[in-house]
Parts: sequence; structure tokens; C-alpha cells
Amino acid sequence: MRVLVTGLGTFWGSKLAQALEALDEAEVIIGVDTREPRLPLERTEFVKADSSFSILNRIVRATQVDTILHTHLIVDSTQMRGRAMHETNVIGTMNILAAAGAAGSPVRKVVVKSSTLVYGSTYQDPYFFREDMRRVRTPRSPVERSLAEVASYVRDFAEDNPHVVVTKLRFSNVLGDDIDTPFSRALRRPVVPEIFGFDPRMQFTHEDDVIGALCYAVQEEVPGVYNVAGDGTLPWSEVCAIVGKRRFSLAPVMTDLAARPLRAAGLLDLPSEALEVLRYGRGVDNSRYKRAGFKYRYTSAGTVHAFAQSLRLENTIGNARPVYRYERDVEDFFRHSAAVVHETEAP
Amino acid sequence: MPDRAPEAPSSPVELHPRADSEPTSSRALVPLPREEREEPDAGERLSDVDSWGRSERVRSLVRRIYDPVYRNWFRAQWEGLENIPRTGGALLIANHAGAIPNDAPVIMHGVEKELGRPVYGLADNLFRAMPVVGTLWSRGGGVAAHPDNAYRLLHDDGQLALVFPEGTKGPGKHYRDRYRLRRFGRGGFVAIAMRAGVPVVPITVVGSEETMPLLYKSARGAKLLNVPYVPVTVNMLLLGPLGIVTPLPAKFRLRVLPPVHFDVPPDQERYSRSRVMEEAERIREDMQESLYDMLRERRSVWFG
Repeated sequence: MRVLVTGLGTFWGSKLAQALEALDEAEVIIGVDTREPRLPLERTEFVKADSSFSILNRIVRATQVDTILHTHLIVDSTQMRGRAMHETNVIGTMNILAAAGAAGSPVRKVVVKSSTLVYGSTYQDPYFFREDMRRVRTPRSPVERSLAEVASYVRDFAEDNPHVVVTKLRFSNVLGDDIDTPFSRALRRPVVPEIFGFDPRMQFTHEDDVIGALCYAVQEEVPGVYNVAGDGTLPWSEVCAIVGKRRFSLAPVMTDLAARPLRAAGLLDLPSEALEVLRYGRGVDNSRYKRAGFKYRYTSAGTVHAFAQSLRLENTIGNARPVYRYERDVEDFFRHSAAVVHETEAP
Repeated sequence: MPDRAPEAPSSPVELHPRADSEPTSSRALVPLPREEREEPDAGERLSDVDSWGRSERVRSLVRRIYDPVYRNWFRAQWEGLENIPRTGGALLIANHAGAIPNDAPVIMHGVEKELGRPVYGLADNLFRAMPVVGTLWSRGGGVAAHPDNAYRLLHDDGQLALVFPEGTKGPGKHYRDRYRLRRFGRGGFVAIAMRAGVPVVPITVVGSEETMPLLYKSARGAKLLNVPYVPVTVNMLLLGPLGIVTPLPAKFRLRVLPPVHFDVPPDQERYSRSRVMEEAERIREDMQESLYDMLRERRSVWFG
């Protein structure tokens, strides 16, 4: 299996690449991102791309990859402004799918990491969205709109290329040691926002389960759309209690307006689509991926607990992430120099 | 309601399995190879709020507060309680009346008290949009009425769910129309019960109409406040604003009719519309007949 993976430029993405390296089936791993890897990788070949992945077509043809793992979708709108996000999500996905679907393309599997943001969050929602349910209201935030566009591209691609296994995974709010999301940032602060009078049902996925779910889709044949989220939901007040944080209330009316100056002052990490979740919550049905054979390692409550533990460790010893700087010459040396003795497994 | 067994103080929850890789490893190393774990790590909960937002602790507090109202104000009396299944899912349906209806809390309270089973009350998702009220409503067993929510509660969780097939047309009708059942929507409750493979258990309630007789409805006010109707009730005329929250002390009688089983396979994509409507209409007629029967026996609105 020759794998091309996008989105290595975060700690979390680099961990995913490490996980892929541990898969025996993956003989070649090519990482593409606009940013450099954050962790030392053994055999992943890193290629720096522009934000819309316009060189992907050449890479795919040159490397003859058969599997594309597309994790570089921006689902956190605090990371990027509207236009840049559009470029990365929509145009980036378009270029990747164009490369994968080009005539004579060797690609046989495409795995896309999306988000349950596509379901939105309103008071009319079902308590647990299934994969085939539509969102109640049309998306308003740029990130949701761009994800909806990506979804339609992926759907068309799957239809036009029946010989390619297309897996789309929609992850609910992710928490973990390394991943950086609006909610993880909010929960890292001494006081955590809530909306007055609302205590929504929250659902979380552990980052290990995210990596596990993506690797599972790479290893197995699981075509279709799947929700990935820990079992069960728990109220936001309990999430804050488990993490051991106090809460402060935002006004229940004109919340987004009140949130704007707080956001500008750097006191609030939650974009408007996350504030909607803080009001009405969101639950998704995770049984389809379970039926496809995936085993979760954490429930929603288990995820929050694991996150609370890693926060406690962080508070004591500080940021324990290894300091690593990607240097092309060094990496090239280790990978390709004749002087390096590659350990081969004993027969 | 099964009590949450106090868990034995377990050893401190182990940190991620990666902790057992080589001692020199950094936190960022990948947790591979991993052991096969059958059950996911569930952590420990600090509250008893379930996936539907219901909290047994809040619910039992509500029951303690509401019990005097149930016993002394409405003096609720049941017959046919044995018709409600002790285990497994069942869809309870009832007639809905009184401008701000008291039948929902009385039925939920009564069934939980007599059977010791939780009841999830399916109601307009309007509640969900209200601060404070929505949260309390949800903790007290309220669930937004969405077909998929009902299906999950009945089929996946095997719970009792209470719905009012008349919807807001029941409590929004004039006092002069009392005890005359409105249309049962489009029979959606039958389709849900069929899909979930559970019986429908009809409950007829006498007394709720007189707790808050509706004399006049303001259509313009309803539009302004974005609610189904704005009532003017006898209570409001007698008590002023206090009348919004004070029901009159009518005697409640509740009769549980035999469960209705549908002889169709569950989990079908679609059920014959005519069959659904026919079943819904039959149930409605039985309930209407039962209501008339109960009214024939009732000597006094206040004493039963």
C-alpha cells in the first residue's frame, strides 16, 4: 500500500503519520502539507505544498500512490480567515480529488476527515444525527459552508469513480493531548464559557480514536460516510466539572454579538458555530462505524476524563512535547544516504 | 429506575496505555502496538444526566415537590395501570387539554411513582430554545418530539415515551369543545410504534380540561411571541397573572386502555399510509369512547 497523507503540520497530524508508519501494509508514506512535520518521522517522505495542493496531481503520478488520506480540512474557523479556509478546504479538496480521479490514476482509496459541524446545531435537531440525515438549517458560518461544499465534491467523486473506495469520516468535537480545537482551548483556560440557562448535551471523540478510525479506514474497505464520536453524551456543566474549571455565563440573547469583543480581546476561543453547540449541543449516532468493525477506545465521558488527566499533567510539568525541528537536509540524509545502515528485521 | 450503584473506589484510572511503552519515550509517541480492548474507557461520571438529558436525581426532586400537588390538588386516580408494560419500550399516548396542560406532569409522575419506570415526555422542541426552562425541562425527562428521538427511546433504549398525538391543538381548543379529541396529526405516532416494534398504550385523562378552561385565543399574540397560541383562561380572570401558573383543583381520573400491538415487521423504511391512518383513527375512536364513558361516570368536576 502506498499512502499519501495530507495535514502533517500539526502535532496531531504528525502523530497520525507515526501511526501510519507503524502499519505494516503501508510500504510508502508521502506526507503533504503547507507546514513542516512537528515530530520526527522515520520513513514518511515530506513534500511541502501550497495551501490548495495544486502540485498534488504531479505527486500522485510520480509516486503512484494507491491511497489518499485527506486530513487537511480546516474545521476550526479560528485558525483561518474565510478566504484562506475556502482555498484550503474547497480548492484543496478539489485538487486532491482531481488528482485521484485523473485518467490512469493509480488511486483506489480516498479517506476524508470531516466534521460533525456539517449537521449544524439548532433546537429542531434530532438528539442523534445519523449519517443520512440532513441538517435542519442551511449553514451560515463559512467553515460549515465550505465543509458542505467539500461533502458534495466527495459525493460526486465517489459516484464518478466507482472503482475507488471513498470513506468520509465525520468526527465530533475532538479532545486529546495534542490536538488543538476551540473546545480544547476553551477548557484549558481558568474559566470556561457557557451560555446562561443552557447546559447542552456534548459528545467528544478522543484523538487516539480519531487516529484509530483513520487508520482503520486505510486498512479496511469501508466505503461510505461514517460518524465518529464517543458513546453517549454528557452535559457541558459536567465536562467543566470533570476538567475542574469554573464557568462564566454569556448572555442567552445576542450571544454572538456579545462574544465578538471577547473574541477580539482574546478571552474567548469559541467561534460562532461552536457557540451554537454550547447552546443546543449536538449528538451523532456512532453505530454505523461500529457495525463496520471499528472499536472505540473511549466514550465521550472517557475522552473528557483522559483530557482532564493530560491537563493535570501539563499543569505540573508544563508542555511535555518534544522539541523537534524539521530539517530537510537531515531528513534526506537519514532516508537516502548510503552511509545510513537501515535496520532490517531479523529473519 | 435502577439506582446508580456506588462504584467501589477503583485504583486511579490508568493514563493512556502509551504510558507503558519504554520509560524514555515522550508523550507524543504513538500508542502502538495497542492491546485489544473490548469495552471503551468510560471514565467516571460526575452527574447522572443520561444521553437524553434526563437526570434521575432532578427527577426525584421534582417528584418530591410535585407529589403533594398530584395527591392533594388533583387527587389523581388510575385504573388499568397493569396495561403499561413493566419492561421494554412502549409508546404512551393520551388526550391533551387545559391551556397550559397539567396532564403531562400528572401522567409522568403517576407512572414513575406507581411503576418505578422513567417516562420520557416528548414535547414541542420550543422548550429546547428557552434558557433555564429548557434545561430544567430536559433534566425532568422532557425530550424534543422528533420521530428519530422517539424511535431511539422505544427501540434502542426500551423506554416508555409519552406523546400527545393531538399536539398543541389539544390544549389550544376552547372550553366548549372539551373532551372532544382533535385530529391525531397524521398518525405519526403509529408509524413510530410500528417501526420500533412496540405497542401503543392509550391513556384517557378526565379532569385536565377543567384545570385551565380556555375561553379565548389571541392569534396575533401567538404570532408576536412565536408560540402556538396565547390563551385567556378562567384562571387568569380569577387570579390575574398568578392564573398562568395556577390550575384549578379538578379531580384527575386516568384510565389506561389495553395496549395496541401492530402486526407488522419493525424497522421498515415506510409503512402503508392507509394502514397507519386506519390504526390511528381506531385508537382515537377507542379513546374518545373511553372519555365519554368516564364522563358518564363522573358526578362532579371537583370531586370525581
